Amino acid sequence: MLADMAGRFVREQYPIDTRHEHAAAELGFSRESWAEMAELGLIGALFREENGGFGGTGFDIALMFEEIGRGLVVEPFLANLLGGTALAHGSDSQKEIVEAVIGGETLLAFAHGEPTGRYDLAHVHTTAKPTADGYVLNGNKSVVISGDSADFLVVSALIEGDQPNEEDVTLFLVPADQDGVHRRGYPTIDGYRAAEIALKDVVVPADAMIGAKGQGLSIVHDVVARGTLAVCAEALGAIDAAIDLTLEYLKTRKQFGVPIGKFQALQHRMADMMTEREQIRSGVINAAGHLDATAGERDWHISALKNLVGRSGRMIAEESIQMHGGIGMTWEYAVGHYAKRIVMIDHLFGDVDYHLERIIKLGKAA
Amino acid sequence: MDLNYTAEELAFQQEVRAFMEEKLPKRLADKVKHHKRLTKEDMVEWHAILNSAGYLTGHWPKAFGGLEWNAIERTIFDEEMTAANGPRQVPFGLNMLAPVLMAFGSPEQQQYYLPRIADGQDFWCQGYSEPGAGSDLASLKMTAQRDGDHYVLNGQKTWTTLGQYANKIFCLVRTNKEGKPQEGISFILVDMDTPGVEVRPIILLEGTHEVNEVWFTDVRVPVENLVGEENKGWTYAKYLLVHERSGIAGVGAAMAGLSYLREIAQDQQKDGKPLLEDPFFAARLSEIEIDLAAMRTTNLRITQADNDGAPPGPETSMLKVKGTVLRQSINDLTRRALGPYAMPFVSEALDAGYNEEPIGPDYANPIAGDYFNHRKTSIYGGSNEVQRNIISKMMMGL
Repeated sequence: MLADMAGRFVREQYPIDTRHEHAAAELGFSRESWAEMAELGLIGALFREENGGFGGTGFDIALMFEEIGRGLVVEPFLANLLGGTALAHGSDSQKEIVEAVIGGETLLAFAHGEPTGRYDLAHVHTTAKPTADGYVLNGNKSVVISGDSADFLVVSALIEGDQPNEEDVTLFLVPADQDGVHRRGYPTIDGYRAAEIALKDVVVPADAMIGAKGQGLSIVHDVVARGTLAVCAEALGAIDAAIDLTLEYLKTRKQFGVPIGKFQALQHRMADMMTEREQIRSGVINAAGHLDATAGERDWHISALKNLVGRSGRMIAEESIQMHGGIGMTWEYAVGHYAKRIVMIDHLFGDVDYHLERIIKLGKAA
Repeated sequence: MDLNYTAEELAFQQEVRAFMEEKLPKRLADKVKHHKRLTKEDMVEWHAILNSAGYLTGHWPKAFGGLEWNAIERTIFDEEMTAANGPRQVPFGLNMLAPVLMAFGSPEQQQYYLPRIADGQDFWCQGYSEPGAGSDLASLKMTAQRDGDHYVLNGQKTWTTLGQYANKIFCLVRTNKEGKPQEGISFILVDMDTPGVEVRPIILLEGTHEVNEVWFTDVRVPVENLVGEENKGWTYAKYLLVHERSGIAGVGAAMAGLSYLREIAQDQQKDGKPLLEDPFFAARLSEIEIDLAAMRTTNLRITQADNDGAPPGPETSMLKVKGTVLRQSINDLTRRALGPYAMPFVSEALDAGYNEEPIGPDYANPIAGDYFNHRKTSIYGGSNEVQRNIISKMMMGL
């Protein structure tokens, strides 16, 4: 229902030119558009009722992000899904912030990854030094999606005095304008925004902690599982759009006196792309259906999906450009922008090999 | 076959290596290595340096001022230059137009244009593709109508690489609409500053300006700018395509790209160790090395056949397909080596004079853009689909 609304919004109010305008704006998205999306309930679809939302299941997230992918929507759904999911593990006053997120008033970002951590979720070198009435944070967070526009950051840190042990990772809620928070925003190759964030002696009160001390990593796993499902569904939407454009081109572009789609060499490749798309769709269904299963089951299906999207998504993205020929290489034509998003999703939450390795570690499918 | 270079070839290799060490400006090598944008001035400067040693036209016959390098010498030169991060030569005048002029141009055209290509007075671009004529190039529509001592050109070319820098363009134009499309095409040379020529930029998917549309409205070109005979242009264009096999595999570029990838993977960390030591990554890298080792020999075998005077065949197409796919796989793995830092992209940082701190490792910024940009290599110069058609037609006997 909400996904249908999102689909209509994308089709009717979010043509690719509008998308590029939003991406090129100083914020990297349109605050007005975001408010409209909030009004329609599209942000709320990502969260459970107990957190003020109207959805929050794997399927709710997947359906919404499929539409986001189809429109290459640059408004910060992903960052707020991540931040909001983390805060849903927090105190009542932190959960109230989720309601403000759903209303489109407050923006969050998930500041977890660090400069040399690659995709390792347990790599946290940021420290939280206990004081009489709170903590002092120090460290660097890298490629924080939508980190430059957020009002609050969810920051992972190790409480000082502890061994650098993943059991000790703790999350904190930090206002982005707090003294000592230095943000450097920048565009990404696919048209989104991210930031490098340095935390220098950032003072936070004790109640800035999200969940309990040492609970950070299990929250991170929940957040990242949802985020990974979301970007894979987003990739599926972008793949749908890329395949639609390519198929249309095969039917209309004439060379040697016939539409190029008459050439069997291209037909077979298109057939493979369409088959892989269905495989990815099934992967999304598997992962969405196991999002609230045991951590082991959930992670197996999430990693299987992410690996599949990395492999087949790349094939589809590259083939979509190739079958268009030169026109597919241009900024003006949409297919290249879909291809960029599909391929860059490989760099969010672990690439093909990261998830292959994780699948091997997790063992047989549950 | 003998995989070893002869004593003369080894001496030549040393000579080129020493030249690159001495004469290649570090500023240019750094730009190439770190995938920064080259300006027109950079390209012109490098051509002049190469020309000062005769290397620019080393592959040209002695009669036209060249050194008459054979295919092996060209391969050696290409490998040494790319290994030293020398900028690739701008091929349009040097490797594309020049051989056509030598084979089919008038003595006047040869005497006028060839020295100007060598000394950099002219910067050429290529007017082949049109919006409706890509893989099916022979269907091109741009017309040249005879009017006294002139041809009058009307139509549009596209994908004109570096057209924004060029002062001359060689074009395939239609001079006859009757009969087979291939039989009504002529090859003509045009001054870009002739009234009626307009260059419009095409921006590529990662934001760079390399290619252009070139529009021709009642452009008057003297008849002496026709190359060879009217309506024989297709023959000349094909001559150019099949004879340009040296360098098509891009072995030198692949070797340079792979060595850069190794450097990056040594610097990137995974679980506290260099990424290069990660078995998953190492497997991907090794597969590329296996392909490249074979590719290098395939390239040598085919260029050696060229030396021995064997007529060009479908092997050129194999080099094009395998060479582009191999280089694209290096671009792909390089992007993946960066992890999350493949995503940030500050376009201004690709230009000289950008002094801000890099985001993440200093090599990261251009890599993903390069991966997307290099998707073009399997599309241009006869797409890989066209190359496979050539292989099928010439080798399968179906």
